[in-house]
Amino acid sequence: MLKIQEISKTFNPGTNNAKKALDKLSLGVLDGDFITIIGANGAGKSTLFNAIAGSFYTDEGRIILDGKDVTLTPEYKRARIIGRLFQDPMLGSAPGMSIEENLILSAGHGGWLSGPSKKDLVRFREALSLLDMGLEDRMQQPVGLLSGGQRQALTLMMATLNPPKLLLLDEHTAALDPGTAEKVIEITKNIVAEKNLTCLMITHNMESALELGNRTIMMDQGNIIYDVRGEERSKLTMDDLLEKFKEQAGRKLDTDRILLG
Amino acid sequence: MSLNVALNLTQTALELGLISALTVLALFLSYTMLNVCDLSTDGCFTLGAAVGAYVALAGHPYLAIVMAMLAGTVSGFITAFLQTKMGIESLLAGIIVNTGLYSINIAVMGGSSILNLNATDTVFTKMKSLLDGTVFAGKEVLFVAIIAVALVVIFLSLFLRTRIGLAIRATGNNPDMVKSSSINPVRTIIIGLCIANAFTALSGCLLAQSQKSVNIDIGTGMVTIALASLLIGGTFMGKGKIPTRAIGAVLGAFIFRLVYTIALRFDMPAYMLKLVSAIIVIIAIAGPYIKDQMPMIKRRFGHRREEA
Repeated sequence: MLKIQEISKTFNPGTNNAKKALDKLSLGVLDGDFITIIGANGAGKSTLFNAIAGSFYTDEGRIILDGKDVTLTPEYKRARIIGRLFQDPMLGSAPGMSIEENLILSAGHGGWLSGPSKKDLVRFREALSLLDMGLEDRMQQPVGLLSGGQRQALTLMMATLNPPKLLLLDEHTAALDPGTAEKVIEITKNIVAEKNLTCLMITHNMESALELGNRTIMMDQGNIIYDVRGEERSKLTMDDLLEKFKEQAGRKLDTDRILLG
Repeated sequence: MSLNVALNLTQTALELGLISALTVLALFLSYTMLNVCDLSTDGCFTLGAAVGAYVALAGHPYLAIVMAMLAGTVSGFITAFLQTKMGIESLLAGIIVNTGLYSINIAVMGGSSILNLNATDTVFTKMKSLLDGTVFAGKEVLFVAIIAVALVVIFLSLFLRTRIGLAIRATGNNPDMVKSSSINPVRTIIIGLCIANAFTALSGCLLAQSQKSVNIDIGTGMVTIALASLLIGGTFMGKGKIPTRAIGAVLGAFIFRLVYTIALRFDMPAYMLKLVSAIIVIIAIAGPYIKDQMPMIKRRFGHRREEA
C-alpha cells in the first residue's frame, strides 16, 4: 500500500539551524494496516506525515503509494487518495460554509460543475446520524458554530466518506477534552474497521497506542527505532513500551510528556 | 421636489446602481467569497468600456458585450497568474495589472483618452427601437441593466453551489483546510478572478454604451465605490444563503447610488463622489472594529478616572 524508501529531509540546510528531521527512514505499510506512531516531541512524526502527504518534497528517497511513485506529486493530487486530520479541529473544515456544503465539497460525487445530488444528501444524513451528535439536524448551519469535538468528528467524516487509500491522523484528539477525545477515538475505531482503511495514527497516549491498530512504531531523531506487531505487541504493556523507548533511544526521556500527553 | 423629478432621480439611481451592481457582484465573488482584494478592478472596468466601445464602433453592439467580457477574463487571468504562479503578492498583482491596463486601454481607444459613441449603435439604441411603442418605452437602460444583473445573480447562485464554486468559497474561507485537501488553490483563484473580472468588464461596457462615451478615467475609484456598495449591502443582507447575499450586494449598489443622487440634488459637487465612497468604506470596515473595541476603551477610561 505504502512503501517509503530511505527518505531524508533537512530543514534550513546549510545554516546554523539546520535540522535533520527525517534520516533515511524506510517503512512498508500493508493494505489494511492500522499503525500507531509514538515518539517524543521533535522525533519527526509529523514530518513523516508531511512527507507522505506532500506538504514538502523529501530531499532524497522515494515514496510509493498505491503502486504509484508519488515522490514528486503535489499535495493536492495526493490528497485525492489520502485523508488527513490534524490536532487543531479548525484546520479541517470551512467555518463559513454549512455542514452540508463542507460534505458536498469533500465527499460529493460527480464532477466539479455538479451540484449536490439527492442521493449524496441522504448519504450524508445517515453518516452524520451515526456520530450521535445531532449534526444530521443541523446540516444547514455554518460549521463555525460547532464545538471542537463536533468539528473533528465532522472532519473525520469528510475525510472518510469516500474511503481514502490512506488515512493520516496526527494527534487528532489531543486538543479535545478527555470525554470528547474518547468519543472521537471510538468513532475513529469504528470507521477504520468498517471501511477497512489503511491508517497511520500519531498519538502521545501510550494506552491508545497499544490498544488501537495492529502495529506500533516508535520514532526518534527522524527514524524508526522500534517496530512491533502481532503476538509480541499483544503482550506488551505500557511500562514495557516506555522501557523499550529508553533502551532503544539510549538516552533519558521526557517521560512526563509521553505519559501524560 | 415634484413627484416627477423624484421618479426621474430614482430611475437614474436605479440605472446607474444596476450597472455598477455588476462590478459589486464581481467583488462579491472575488472579495467576499475568494477573500482576494482585486485592485485591478478600476483598470478592468475601463478595459471593458474601451473594448466594448471599440467593437460597437466597428458595428457590432452585441459582440461588444462578449468581447468586453472576454477581455475582462484575460485581465483576471493575468492578475491571478501573477499571484499564484509568479510569487507576486495578491494586492501588488492587482496594482501592477491596473497600471499596465492604463496603457492598454488607451491603445484600445486608438491612442486617444476619449471615445465618442454618439452616432453609434449600442445595445441600448437597439433595445430602444425594440421597446418603442410599448409601456417600457424610454426605459431601455433599465431594461438591459435588469436583465444583465438578473443573469449574473442567477449564475452566481447556481455556480457557487457546484463543487468548484464550493471549492472557491473554501479557498477564501479556510486556506489551511484547502492546503491539505484535494482542492488546487491555484485553480480556484484563477477561475474565480477570471469570472469576477468578466463581470467587471461587462459593467464597464454597459456604462460606456449607456453614456455613449468612454474616457480613460471611467473606471477610476470603481473598486472603492463597489466595495462601499458591497459593504452597505452586507449590513442589510450579509447573512443567509448565497442568492440572498448576492441580491444584498445589488441592493447595496442601488442604495449607494440613491444616496449619491440625492446628495447631488442638495448641490454636492459631482467630484465629491469618490471622497464619499472612500468614507463609506472606512466607516463600513472600521465601524465594526471600533464597536468591538468599545468595551475595552470604556474600561480604560474608567480605570484612569478611578486612578485619578
